[in-house]
Amino acid sequence: MALRTPALPLTAGSHPHNAASSVIISVQNLVHRYDSRIALNGVSFEVRRAELFGLLGPNGSGKTTMFRILSTLMVPAAGRAVIAGFDIAKEPSQLRRQIGVVFQSQSIDVKLTAYENLMHQGHLYGLRGKPLKSRIHEMLSHVGLADRANEKAETFSGGMQRRLELAKGLLHHPSVLLLDEPTTGLDPGARIDLWRYLQILRDEEQVTVIVATHLMDEANKCDRLAFLNEGKLVALGTPTDLKEEIGGDVIVLEAKDPESLAEKLSMRFNIATQVLQGQVRIEREHGHRFITEVVEAFPGDIDSVSVSKPSLEDVFIRRTGHRFWTESAPARTELEKR
Amino acid sequence: MATHAATFPRPNVSHGNDVWLPAFTLWWREIVRFYRQRSRVIGVIASPLLFWIVIGSGFGTSFRSESNGAGGQHYLDYFYPGALIMIVLFTSIFTMMSVIEDRKEGFLLSVLVAPVSRSAIVLGKVMGGTTLATIQGLIFLAFAPFVGVHIGFGALALVALTVFLVSFALTALGFAIAWPMDSSQAFHAIINLFLIPLWLLSGALFPLSGASGWLRFLMRINPLTYGVQALRDLLYPASQGNVSLSESLATLVLFSLFMFGLAFIMVNRRSTRPAA
Repeated sequence: MALRTPALPLTAGSHPHNAASSVIISVQNLVHRYDSRIALNGVSFEVRRAELFGLLGPNGSGKTTMFRILSTLMVPAAGRAVIAGFDIAKEPSQLRRQIGVVFQSQSIDVKLTAYENLMHQGHLYGLRGKPLKSRIHEMLSHVGLADRANEKAETFSGGMQRRLELAKGLLHHPSVLLLDEPTTGLDPGARIDLWRYLQILRDEEQVTVIVATHLMDEANKCDRLAFLNEGKLVALGTPTDLKEEIGGDVIVLEAKDPESLAEKLSMRFNIATQVLQGQVRIEREHGHRFITEVVEAFPGDIDSVSVSKPSLEDVFIRRTGHRFWTESAPARTELEKR
Repeated sequence: MATHAATFPRPNVSHGNDVWLPAFTLWWREIVRFYRQRSRVIGVIASPLLFWIVIGSGFGTSFRSESNGAGGQHYLDYFYPGALIMIVLFTSIFTMMSVIEDRKEGFLLSVLVAPVSRSAIVLGKVMGGTTLATIQGLIFLAFAPFVGVHIGFGALALVALTVFLVSFALTALGFAIAWPMDSSQAFHAIINLFLIPLWLLSGALFPLSGASGWLRFLMRINPLTYGVQALRDLLYPASQGNVSLSESLATLVLFSLFMFGLAFIMVNRRSTRPAA
């Protein structure tokens, strides 16, 4: 679909080349509690200008809490966060001019037209008159809605509504764009378009993009990732670096009695094994060669074998000792009630 | 540190208007949303008529012999200012249900992360509700000639002012109640608790002079009493109230300021809890 390249003259020449390496977001030892339950427990990281940064974590990991704090909806219980030079707790109104926020829930008014939605948004940011008008038309054509400008948003498809949300978040030229699960409810084509557009924003307008997500394939597209689990930062780095630290391959064996198989394997080959959800998991170089040895050694015990390059989920398992989806489920339901 | 902030070219932003322009745009949205929903428009125009005819004539025939309070009017005439207040009361408070909807839909989130002063949010939303309630009240005034009331321009302006003040205060009350709520059912429950007694004890149905001691006290401290009284003074100059018009209007101004302050306090509680 039609997400077009932003017009270059907007930013051309306005950025020094070293800008890309400067820190634009700094989070220091952030703590947050809901009543007695700790949602964030001392999280620190930095984000550089024009970086596509992923906040990855299962539901209940503290990712949403982090997102709400960064978008100035909540004040952290302790710690500090600074975006573009403004302290999140002390200077919210200056900070708000610097950030654009796209929420997971729909924030556009479907009774208003696309144009009216953006006009309303512009007014909230103190924009008005001719500059606002031309900016609205510019944004509408960037997100491919120029020809639907005067139609009510309730007549739009899910993908079009999401693009209008994006236009809304970007209208006031934020230097940081925060997105919470931006591809929820989008078809695969629309997802690809959205990510392509985020990359264009980063490359051509030097916008720093923060994406909170629980989807591994989306996290893979980020420049760097902060991996959250149970309120703590468990990993930080580029997707490639994180996966390389595992080294070699990931081997997963299915067996009738995984516990005893794991034990036998560790004894026989002197290796570390893990049992997760009835599967034995081994990290090992030259996995394809190793599995033939394993299968020959214990032919009757193994039902199936798989070898793969490490994924981000493997990184998560290595750092937390449990799978991404399952074991934090109770924490998830508790958070989502709030 | 703040040099970070200046790197991006942005359209002319005048920092002075982080109250008026946002308040205006929030007000504008309320109005646009209203007239785009046909059923709400019909409701606003038709309900005043129904209220007055059905309730008024029903009461009128039942209580005719009592020939209430002020100078032996027909009860329908006596009831007219009360009905006007009732219409304004319902419309004002219930328009603020949109606060709960905005919160649910996520629209409110995008307003809360904008560099908008909290007072602009209150002002915009409350003025939106006030405008709608005032318009409805004024539509009801078109029936005034049928109860034999012919008002001049000056009195009409004062009636409009009274209706505006009552609407403003009640919309702000509705806002303050709706702000911390997350369900419209809860809002209904609380509102009914306030609304009916507030109206019953405003002199809309029976005059202050006819009430017993404690009831009279409650009516005295009910701000709506002064709205009803002001309207009665303006519509039926012959009738004698026990409060002067200027005292009534002054009370309504104070009531409005108090309610606006209350709404403002509610909105400013920036908390460590999720805003939505």
